[in-house]
Amino acid sequence: MAFRCSFQKGLIHLRQSNTSSIRLVTTKTTASASSSTQKQSQPSGQQQQQQQRTSSPTTGTSSSNKTKSLKGLGRDVVFIDGVRTPFLTSFTSYKDLMGYHLARHALLGLIKRTKIDKSTPEYCVMGTVIQEVKTSNVAREALLSAGFPENIPGHTVTMACISSNVALASAANNIATGLNEAVIAGGVEYMSDVPIRYPRSMRKLMLSLNRAKSTPQRLGLITKMLSLKNFTPEAPAIAEFSTGEIMGQSADRLAAAFNVTRREQDEYAQRSHKLAQEAAEKGHLDDIVPMHIPGAEDVVSRDNGVRVSTLEQMSKLKPAFVKPHGTVTAASSSFITDGASASLITSVEKAKELGLKPKAYLRRYIFTSQDPKDQLLLGPTYATAKLLEQAGLTLNDIDVFEFHEAFAGQILANLKALNSDYFAQKYLNRSSKVGEIPLEKFNVWGGSLSLGHPFGATGVRLVTTAANRLIKENKRLALVAACAAGGQGHAMLVERYQ
Amino acid sequence: MASAIFTTFLCRQQRFLTLTRSPVATQLWTRLASTSVQQQTANKPVNLQQLKNLKVDYQDDIAVVQFNQENSKVNTLSKGMMDEFVPLFEQLQNDDKVKGIVVMSAKPGSFIAGADINMLESAKNRDELFKISRNGQDIMHQIEQSRKPIVAAIAGSCLGGGFEVALACHYRIAMNDKRTGFGVPEIKLGLLPGAGGTQRLVQKLSLPDALDLVLTGKEVKTKKAKSLGLVDAVVEPIGPGLQAAEEKNIDYLRSVAVQKAKELTFKKHVKPQPGLLENIKSKIMSTSYVQNYIFEQAKKKVMSQTQGLYPAPLKILDVIKQTVESGSKVGYNAEAEGFADLGATSESKALISLFHGRTECKKNKYGKPEREVKNIAVIGAGLMGAGVAHVSIDKGFNVILRDQTTKALSRGYSQITKGYQGYVKRKRLTNAEYDRILANLECQTTFDNLEKCDMVIEAVFEDLGLKQKVLAEIEQRIPEHCVFASNTSALPIHKIAANSKRPEKVIGMHYFSPVDKMELLEIVRAKQTSDDTVRSAVSVGLKQGKVVIVVGDGPGFYTTRLLMFAGAEVFRLLQEGASPKDIDKATKKFGFPVGSATLFDEVGIDVAAHIARDMQAVFGDRLADKSMPALFQDLVSNNLHGRKTGQGLYIYQAGVKGGDREVNPKFTELIKNYAAEAKEQITTETIQWRTGLRFLNEAARCLEEKIITSPTDGDIGAVFGLGFPPMKGGPFRFMDTYGVSKIVDLMNSYRSKYGERFAPTQLLVDMAKEDKKFYS
Repeated sequence: MAFRCSFQKGLIHLRQSNTSSIRLVTTKTTASASSSTQKQSQPSGQQQQQQQRTSSPTTGTSSSNKTKSLKGLGRDVVFIDGVRTPFLTSFTSYKDLMGYHLARHALLGLIKRTKIDKSTPEYCVMGTVIQEVKTSNVAREALLSAGFPENIPGHTVTMACISSNVALASAANNIATGLNEAVIAGGVEYMSDVPIRYPRSMRKLMLSLNRAKSTPQRLGLITKMLSLKNFTPEAPAIAEFSTGEIMGQSADRLAAAFNVTRREQDEYAQRSHKLAQEAAEKGHLDDIVPMHIPGAEDVVSRDNGVRVSTLEQMSKLKPAFVKPHGTVTAASSSFITDGASASLITSVEKAKELGLKPKAYLRRYIFTSQDPKDQLLLGPTYATAKLLEQAGLTLNDIDVFEFHEAFAGQILANLKALNSDYFAQKYLNRSSKVGEIPLEKFNVWGGSLSLGHPFGATGVRLVTTAANRLIKENKRLALVAACAAGGQGHAMLVERYQ
Repeated sequence: MASAIFTTFLCRQQRFLTLTRSPVATQLWTRLASTSVQQQTANKPVNLQQLKNLKVDYQDDIAVVQFNQENSKVNTLSKGMMDEFVPLFEQLQNDDKVKGIVVMSAKPGSFIAGADINMLESAKNRDELFKISRNGQDIMHQIEQSRKPIVAAIAGSCLGGGFEVALACHYRIAMNDKRTGFGVPEIKLGLLPGAGGTQRLVQKLSLPDALDLVLTGKEVKTKKAKSLGLVDAVVEPIGPGLQAAEEKNIDYLRSVAVQKAKELTFKKHVKPQPGLLENIKSKIMSTSYVQNYIFEQAKKKVMSQTQGLYPAPLKILDVIKQTVESGSKVGYNAEAEGFADLGATSESKALISLFHGRTECKKNKYGKPEREVKNIAVIGAGLMGAGVAHVSIDKGFNVILRDQTTKALSRGYSQITKGYQGYVKRKRLTNAEYDRILANLECQTTFDNLEKCDMVIEAVFEDLGLKQKVLAEIEQRIPEHCVFASNTSALPIHKIAANSKRPEKVIGMHYFSPVDKMELLEIVRAKQTSDDTVRSAVSVGLKQGKVVIVVGDGPGFYTTRLLMFAGAEVFRLLQEGASPKDIDKATKKFGFPVGSATLFDEVGIDVAAHIARDMQAVFGDRLADKSMPALFQDLVSNNLHGRKTGQGLYIYQAGVKGGDREVNPKFTELIKNYAAEAKEQITTETIQWRTGLRFLNEAARCLEEKIITSPTDGDIGAVFGLGFPPMKGGPFRFMDTYGVSKIVDLMNSYRSKYGERFAPTQLLVDMAKEDKKFYS
């Protein structure tokens, strides 16, 4: 309840400070709604109820009574700050480390940046996608290796490219429900080393060898192993499990479905790299915590995937996934990246108690999912449309957009989908399009295409960047959105803390 | 299971012979040829505004020709289409602004499905057929020789003449979706691909691959076609975007094809060089010794599968052999000659008639049921029950499979999963599709959720009392609207429904084993069954992919009745001293896929004994004298149950197959007690006619008694359910071809020797008098 009030206050405040009008969510408490909007509000109210069953947003703005839970749903959640390791192309400077090393570094960086005591966080959630089996709960290993007190539990979550968004969402829930006062949310991805397995037939034999009781039994099993097939290793699948399709192919098809040309993609990719370079030069990317690597000559302090190329160079590349007529190339795809991120999420009271000035409020968020074959990467469209509707906002109310860039073609397809009446009516259950996102507000400090995309860590980078941009640009409301394998999507509203 | 009549052996042959599963599949290109090229060139330039079956537009210097047959869901090479295509093609050739051409379809799901069979049927004589083929070859030749590059952009079925058009183009781009497939199904109609199909396939493929495609008529999907080298590039379908997916896909394919056509205008397409291994392989393949060996093997296989009863595969082998030996000039001529020869055969006519019949039995003639069936419960998880569940779970039904014990359920579940895993292995399904399909199946020993069912299909043991009990038990739990279907091969439906609370909802659905392979479903309508119940059953059957016939509730319905009448004569012959091997040899030579003696071992002698007793009680001596049920009973009590117990007329041992099986000495001993006097020497011919005439006469009688409603249903039931030789078209088509009066004469002559069971039924007698045919 308290949260709802403050959220509404926030919105009212926004309305005063911002000339653009903001439609408030028509709840039962909003008496000023005209009769026509009341009619419209009914179906949307139902949708909200449905939504809550699947995604449990942190805010209590819904008219549903279910959210008024005894557990204290609805406290304000604040984002103190976020940090990350430099994002490096895999097989470069991080190549001899392990994933938890990066996560550990992000945690240490967060402590240093926020100046809190290591015993302050009560909990830690981290996202990761490709798990190192030795450190399957990488959150806990990172805590221990970073010298946090042993009594801080940590768990690891996975939801493909939005894993650390899930980590943030869990942390926010814990704060909102009063379960915790201060939680670390982060994520890590380490692709320089991935588990490569023996084939199933061999694994089966090896496992039964473990349980064999007599020597003849063992010898029997060993002779069965002697086949070339048994020694052909299995790399982690890069294909979508349910469809067997590689993401790049899906992105290429998606671009074609939305008439995104090769040229548009190349231009967008170039823009991302240019903006990233500019941001780095101007010092905007101060969420990076430089990292010393054992045996290295110098400290690693910059992302190493940013590379501004000319359109001519880019146009020479052959399609990477759909040959020979595809449009997605290596230059317009995000690359395999190592990196980790971490952020501190607290309640308002806790922040005050610690004397910390939060950067932002974490507001309403949503997880969505859709067809994993033909709309694999359209998550941002679905999530944005639904979240704005739930919050009673339009694109005009958003000052800062931070979208995850999996592929240039994917971003452009999403922008076109949001701006299409056909798509809105057919798939988003709306009467008209969501609208056009102005590019001058969109990913202006670069994005996953240029900065890199460590799957499990990107979400926190997006929110951190959104918060930093709100401050730097002196704006109020940011929208973060991302797509993920499995045909899932996420969006979150981030409001500047004042 | 009484319905477990038909073995996989039968299926194997059926797969070879029956018509393809795709509804639009087997249409030939024959229409194409009706317009001669010369005739067309004399015509005035085509008015591009008035094209009805084609759309043409230009993208830069590429002309895009889209097939878009008016008033039709699919494209065929109809007369109308060709009348427009030929002059348009000419015009594009002469138009200097056009540098390249893309041919594609404007219809989703159909590139060109072939041509109109009716056209072929109306060809009056062999010469006309020859001309049809020649003209087709000419048009394809013109396409091939075009100096402007022609790219075929293919989405949807690309069969028969459509495939021949694509093969003549210079570059083929195909959409990789489920509906796109390539094939020359002409053989299934007793024909050959006569517009250069045999020639171009031999050029493009290795000899074994080419023979495989032409001799089986099978359809290959895009991926396979690419690996065979039949298509040059593959386009993955895209999803919905700023338009619906179907429109989007046509646009996408088009843009890729236009891009390729542009490229080809300045750069000739070079086939990727084959690797070293490929080179060695093709060198070896091209030696005449190896080629002869391949032809020999192919011929052997054809002979063993068809008994030489089908002229088409032999003719195709001959045409291709001539091509390989003497070059394509001879080859094209041989193809046209072969086409004309085959088109005039009775086998081809019979197969075409079956094709029409099958198409008809795949349509719902009975209308939509009031309530669409969504949830089905199958009671009994035996071979049949699991089979029925198998064909239902991938058709959008939620299926409950119920049996009394978990063991029986596990067996049934494994049967189903094994079947579907096979599809995954053969790439017919993806793993994810497999998972989703199996999620529609619920195995249980309880009656939970029966109150949600729209249809219950019981497949418990063939016992009237048991079936009545099951019905009573189920009826307490199902909703008012729910249909109760009984899977039985002979038990009268009205008796099963005798104590029913809603007899109008009770119907028979006679599936054939194995259910996932046998296409026929015999729906048995009892007197009390309501129209809506029939509609529900038919629509479920069609959704399950079945060829459906609706028959009356007489003893043995239609198929089982024919089987028993022919079977009675088989046993009579055995009593007269014929060996089961003689019977099998003679009936297989007639064209049955399984010998008529072996068939009873497959059905199960115990099952046949039940039916024989019941039917003898009804039909009396017209079926057989009392010795037949007694003989059956004796066999059963001596534990000769047929294949399932390893002992029947033959002895079944692992590893001993078909003709090598020995006749069971116990049987030889037992039959002596029932010996009957042979009135004449038993020859192959007497076996064929005696069993055949009983079969034919009873089929006619079923029509007379309105057990079946049309000769078409009768032919389809006999061919798809009993394996009646497809190249003879079914009993009714056979009688038409052979002559009803000749049949009546034959029957009368056997009647004088063997008695009243050979009396021709009144319908046949009347028809012979009036010189009528079943098919007009």
